[in-house]
Amino acid sequence: MIKKILLVGNPNVGKSVIFSRLTGVQVIVSNYPGTTIEISRGYLKIDEEKLEVVDLPGAYSLEPTSKAEEVAVTLLNQNKKEDILILNIVDATNLERNLFLTLQLIEEGFSVIVCLNMCDDAFHHGIDIDVERLEKLLGVPVVSTCAVTGKGIKLLIERLKEAKAVKRPRLSHQERWREIGKIVEAVQSLKHRHHTLREALEDASLKPLSGLIIALIVVYLSFKFVRFLGEFIISRISEPIFFNFYQPVIEHLSMFLGKKGFIHHLLIGELIQGRVDFKQSLGVLTTAPFIEFAMVLPYLISFYFILGILEDIGYLPRLAMLLDNILHRFGLHGYAIIPVLLGFGCNVPGILSTRILESKRERFIASVIISIGIPCVPLQAMIFGLLGRFSGVYVGGVYLVLLCVVIVLGFILNRLLKGYSPELLLEIPPYRLPPIIMLLKKLFFRIKGFLIEAAPIVLLGVLIINLLLYFGLFEFITRLFSLIIKDLFGLPKEAVIALAIGFLRKDVAVGMLLPLSLSAKQLFIATTLLALYFPCLATFMVLFKELGLKYLLKAILIMFLVSLIVGTLLNYLVLR
Amino acid sequence: MQANQRGKIVEIHGGQGLINRMMSMGIYKGKEITKLSQFALRGPVAIKVNRTVLALGYGMASKIILEIE
Repeated sequence: MIKKILLVGNPNVGKSVIFSRLTGVQVIVSNYPGTTIEISRGYLKIDEEKLEVVDLPGAYSLEPTSKAEEVAVTLLNQNKKEDILILNIVDATNLERNLFLTLQLIEEGFSVIVCLNMCDDAFHHGIDIDVERLEKLLGVPVVSTCAVTGKGIKLLIERLKEAKAVKRPRLSHQERWREIGKIVEAVQSLKHRHHTLREALEDASLKPLSGLIIALIVVYLSFKFVRFLGEFIISRISEPIFFNFYQPVIEHLSMFLGKKGFIHHLLIGELIQGRVDFKQSLGVLTTAPFIEFAMVLPYLISFYFILGILEDIGYLPRLAMLLDNILHRFGLHGYAIIPVLLGFGCNVPGILSTRILESKRERFIASVIISIGIPCVPLQAMIFGLLGRFSGVYVGGVYLVLLCVVIVLGFILNRLLKGYSPELLLEIPPYRLPPIIMLLKKLFFRIKGFLIEAAPIVLLGVLIINLLLYFGLFEFITRLFSLIIKDLFGLPKEAVIALAIGFLRKDVAVGMLLPLSLSAKQLFIATTLLALYFPCLATFMVLFKELGLKYLLKAILIMFLVSLIVGTLLNYLVLR
Repeated sequence: MQANQRGKIVEIHGGQGLINRMMSMGIYKGKEITKLSQFALRGPVAIKVNRTVLALGYGMASKIILEIE
């Protein structure tokens, strides 16, 4: 009796797109191997029967080589063979390599149905596959689909139940490849085509010189566009909404509450020159929503939009190859650039995606680097908003300091930690033009995730600050740390509050610095420290989950040392 | 070996782990592959196996011995 459908296949063949099509559950899909790092589950109804559908991380074979592959293989072996149905997704443009896993699955005795995906891509490449013939040769049903457009999905669902286990002799790897050679020979015919522009670009981005030029252009344009779009949304949409519509409502509420008192303090905060100031009032209904929606959200939207385009086109693995040499000095290989880039959005998915790296050592180095040296979008948005008012030099300064820390830390960790780093072995996907609807779906999905997870914590953070301020409890904490803060870092002792809140959320913490009227230098040091010293609560939890207690403690020790050294150095080196 | 040259794999020097891993990605003895590019300073190498483009670390790539046609 079949209870579960497992989606199994090589990395980057479109398992997650098929999964979304079957279950209606939205998951992140991208054009690079290793997007799915966690198992997603959903349900599919066939003839009044509800079946669990499980999306597994991609694997090249049943012998795992990375944490993500391990997860997939473990899950395969967890279930009784009679209980599960394997939906093996195969990339039609890469039939030969994909069939290796297919044959392994069949030989193991699983009930298998093959889904020949990306048939439209195959068509464009001049590849023709005789599906019926393939079905005969494999002995299991084969359905051709194009998951992105939805073509063939209905037929796939209708035929799911036809999946069956067939007897095939267990082959050695070498024999299996010979068998695959024969099958491919029989079913696949190629038409010769001329080189297209897309292929020329694909090749150019893999050559050292042209690759570097393309990378510089891509990174520069992405950065420019993120800033442009972010500022556009802020100045044209979010700020006008807050100032024109929300401000009057809040002013009325403030009046109604009598402009002071406990409730007023919690909800509205302090009035600045008799008026509500969204940046400084620090109320649950004023500063909290303003930070999240007017300062952070616009940048988050523009960042994830650009990241989504880069992901779906398939550029990131090429960037990984280009950076492989440099990242090797840090004990990482080029593919570590993907967790790092994701970390720029939010450290949590960044650290989660270190699972695509092979060794524990690499994952530790990458996680530490992300949590210390990579500022997330909310933090960056606040740094731009606050420090940018003084001078762009300071903003650039924060990035420069972080970059230096990452480089030095990477070198040191690579020297100190035992073991060696495995080499790059990475499949480079072809460029694909993502349908705009898929891009928007992913953007929506990510923003929704952010709002659900971040908004309550921001409210909570502001509430806690307010309560502590109201009851004067900060005195105690500030006195405790004032030695370090004042003498070493040159910050006023009230900045401790902001640093403490940074543990909850970094964007709120930067917002806390505003009412302190710091000098540019102090603000520069404080924001740099906020980026360095300690991950926010969510990052902390994911570090604990991914690395375990021992490594987490090591990471924390490193963080404290780094921020102590950098904070002191900056205070004594930066003169103005 | 120069970029854009094609060759047949004669041997892969390496442990069983490496051989198996490459095997599962379609790189094995007797297979024809094309080298696409090579980065300076022992940087990674891009190769094409069938229709798949793969990036290999320098060390890994140097373990693949080819016979150039």
